[in-house]
Amino acid sequence: MSVVDRWPEGRVGPGVSLHDCRPARRRVWRNRRNTVLIVLATLFVLITVGMILVYIVLKGIQTMNWEFLTSSQPFSLRRSGGGFLNGLIGTAIMVGVAAVVSVPLGILGAVYLVEYGKGNWLAKLIRFFADVMTGVPSIFVGLFVYTAMVVNFGFSALMGAVALAIIMMPIVLRSTEEMLKLVPSELKDASYGLGAAKWQTVTKVIIPSAAPGITTGVMLAIARAAGETAPLLLTALGSIQLTAKLWGEPIQALSLAIFDGARNPFAAGQARAWAGALELIIIILVLTVLARVITSRSRLSR
Amino acid sequence: MNESPVFSVRDLNMHYSSNLALKDISMDIRPKRITAIIGPSGCGKSTLIRCFNRMNELIPAARVSGQVLYHGEDIYAPGVDPVVVRRHIGMVFQRPNPFPKSIYDNVAFGAKINGYKEDMDELVERSLRRAALWDEVKSKLKKSALDLSGGQQQRLCIARAIAVEPDVILMDEPASALDPIATVRIEDLMQELKQDYSIIIVTHNMQQAARVSDETAFLYTEVDEATSARWGILVEFGETGQIFTKPHDKRTEDYVSGRFG
Amino acid sequence: MQSAVNSSAPAPPVGGGRPSPGPGAWRRTGVGRWADPLFAILAALCGVLVLLVLAYMVISTTGTALPVFRSQGISFVTSTDWDPNQGQFGALAFIYGTIVTSAIALIIAVPLSIGVALFSTEYAPKRVRGLLTYAVDLLAAVPSVIYGLWGVFVLLPLFLQPVADFLAKYLGWIPIFKGPASGLSYFGAGIILAIMITPIITALTREVLATVPTADRHAAFALGATRWEMIRAAVLPRSRAGIVGATMLGLGRALGETIAVALLVGSVAKVDASVVRPGYSMAAVIANTFSEATGEHIRALVGIGVVLFVMTVIINMAARAIVWRFNRI
Repeated sequence: MSVVDRWPEGRVGPGVSLHDCRPARRRVWRNRRNTVLIVLATLFVLITVGMILVYIVLKGIQTMNWEFLTSSQPFSLRRSGGGFLNGLIGTAIMVGVAAVVSVPLGILGAVYLVEYGKGNWLAKLIRFFADVMTGVPSIFVGLFVYTAMVVNFGFSALMGAVALAIIMMPIVLRSTEEMLKLVPSELKDASYGLGAAKWQTVTKVIIPSAAPGITTGVMLAIARAAGETAPLLLTALGSIQLTAKLWGEPIQALSLAIFDGARNPFAAGQARAWAGALELIIIILVLTVLARVITSRSRLSR
Repeated sequence: MNESPVFSVRDLNMHYSSNLALKDISMDIRPKRITAIIGPSGCGKSTLIRCFNRMNELIPAARVSGQVLYHGEDIYAPGVDPVVVRRHIGMVFQRPNPFPKSIYDNVAFGAKINGYKEDMDELVERSLRRAALWDEVKSKLKKSALDLSGGQQQRLCIARAIAVEPDVILMDEPASALDPIATVRIEDLMQELKQDYSIIIVTHNMQQAARVSDETAFLYTEVDEATSARWGILVEFGETGQIFTKPHDKRTEDYVSGRFG
Repeated sequence: MQSAVNSSAPAPPVGGGRPSPGPGAWRRTGVGRWADPLFAILAALCGVLVLLVLAYMVISTTGTALPVFRSQGISFVTSTDWDPNQGQFGALAFIYGTIVTSAIALIIAVPLSIGVALFSTEYAPKRVRGLLTYAVDLLAAVPSVIYGLWGVFVLLPLFLQPVADFLAKYLGWIPIFKGPASGLSYFGAGIILAIMITPIITALTREVLATVPTADRHAAFALGATRWEMIRAAVLPRSRAGIVGATMLGLGRALGETIAVALLVGSVAKVDASVVRPGYSMAAVIANTFSEATGEHIRALVGIGVVLFVMTVIINMAARAIVWRFNRI
């Protein structure tokens, strides 16, 4: 059987030109169809992103004004006006306290993994379970803080902060670990060579040189914590009061206020929820963008 | 026995967006010969060889002007499908790159997608024999190709290219990632293959070119002093013996005598 | 921190130079002596804290839920009889709902994500690739409560309810699409979950696809393959394990997702074979009913949390094992 017959798509030869040979229609069709599907999938996702952002902005901007940013929830949720200041303050307090607690712990833990533990069994165990922790549903963390502490101490901002700290700590730990690993050993050698002790090398050389990356990781963890709702339901509970008390009474969070608004049958409550969503998404986006700017800036300056 | 050339390159110019990469290349590749393309690094040897099977189109913003005639037909003419062109012209790369499939499936891949109608087992065996690999793998055809040694993988890639029954095989530094023993086997294999295929090989190893090829093309980098733009030009093309012993151009002489690399 | 020079050192040699320190001079004194070991212990403690907190979480919650586990026995996970007022705590409806909504999410998100990742690595020019990555990251940054809000007021009227009605009307003879259709249903929660887990699966899959060397792609093209044939031969086989790992991580996220599901699942504590009927999920029932619950009811909710925890951890561990193995190849 000649070469030409073996290859049904055609073969260049006497009387047969390149223009006469074509890939089989089925191949061409399948390639085209799959390309279309892939492009459609991408468009679908992009449109979804667009729809979410556009609606948040459009609906949120209608209610977003100075009054919204500076006043608290009205006592009757049916009333229009007011804002989510109580939620904003609550989120700021709880995320702030959680960061103050979880960031140093996370950084030190990462220092252990990279500088002291290296490949030993304890470090492997910590790393593994830190990964497990990042995958734990946040509502479970809330349940834990409830059963272990809230039953004894009551709902409060501190309880919410504890829950957020538990969520943030493994994230900060793992991202800091990655950053610390990038510190070149020449830098450490130089420090040791000058007679610095290990703890001084860590605190004065290693951590500062990884600082941009660590900061990025921390900011991303803060952005995540700012959006958390479920664990706060079970620890801070939420409230309409405008308060900044760390202890002794429930406190509102921005995310909780939005959650309430989503379940609110009244238009005023829903309108506030959209403005709150816009407020929250702006905060998160600013944190995320800042985080990335810090990373790219530091790379450029090196 | 002067048959018509397999490839005729006419005034080939190649650009990457606005940067010229190859300038005014013209040459004829004779059938059933080994033609080597040599030159200093960065002069455009790989770029040139990829013009023969339209692989340069995979780089964005690559433009070709001029003609590359394959059996008298311009492969860059509108209406010619690159998929068809690549089926007629085989290519072997610098690093062996078998697919993550079995040895059998690697060799059969090209034939399968191009709709080969005949006995696949026979085609696989025939291709592996021609690539001098059959005896080493005939008992483990279903094993993963990635388990083979570097030299074996490269011969597998040759078998894979042969299986679609091209009449030209392009080789882009096929032995540069292999140890000396594997390199010798590839070079011996090339001598056998040239009985059935026209081979164009890019190599930075001058001794290899001298050993293996019948004709040699020497490429060189031209620089525009004003803009520091660089591009490749064809300085000399001829019988390998002549190129290496009595080159016509001073630049060729400097290169083959090792004055620069 | 430097060593203290022995005061009775020999006189400096003629011509300059430092007096050589006597024996015992290289040991640190004062603060420096125990700073290093202390610091090491401190760091280790912080690391161990992770283990301790995790252990305490498990112990505390299981302990709280134990009475309910004991009193209900296996029926806690096998019975759909959930009646807190009567002391009946069969959580099967919630387990069922979690599984069904997550399954719907995966069925939709996985092909979508692989498609986006493929577009990014195989089709998109550089600039588009960057924009696409940015857009997907944006999707990942949106918190769950905002997804819930958007889902209830935008997705529900514009998409979920009409599509659910459509499915029930024309495919209602199939049990899983039987009406009367509700947008607030397994289907509704599944769709919002799909949107939420797409960024994770896409980002990880894209990373996996990008590790395929360009030369492998070229090998396929050189044999005369079309772009799709090249993808099937050179790109996808190498990426299989990584894609499976990415999918499982997405599943882990879907299982634990609370707020968006709580708002869209319909909040009905019953098992329903039809996906366009309202249902419930483990995380959602905890979030929705917690504030009114007392006594044994709360313990039962904690028990549901424990079951959810176990499911999520198993999936996540399996996912990481697969991804870890893939990275080693």
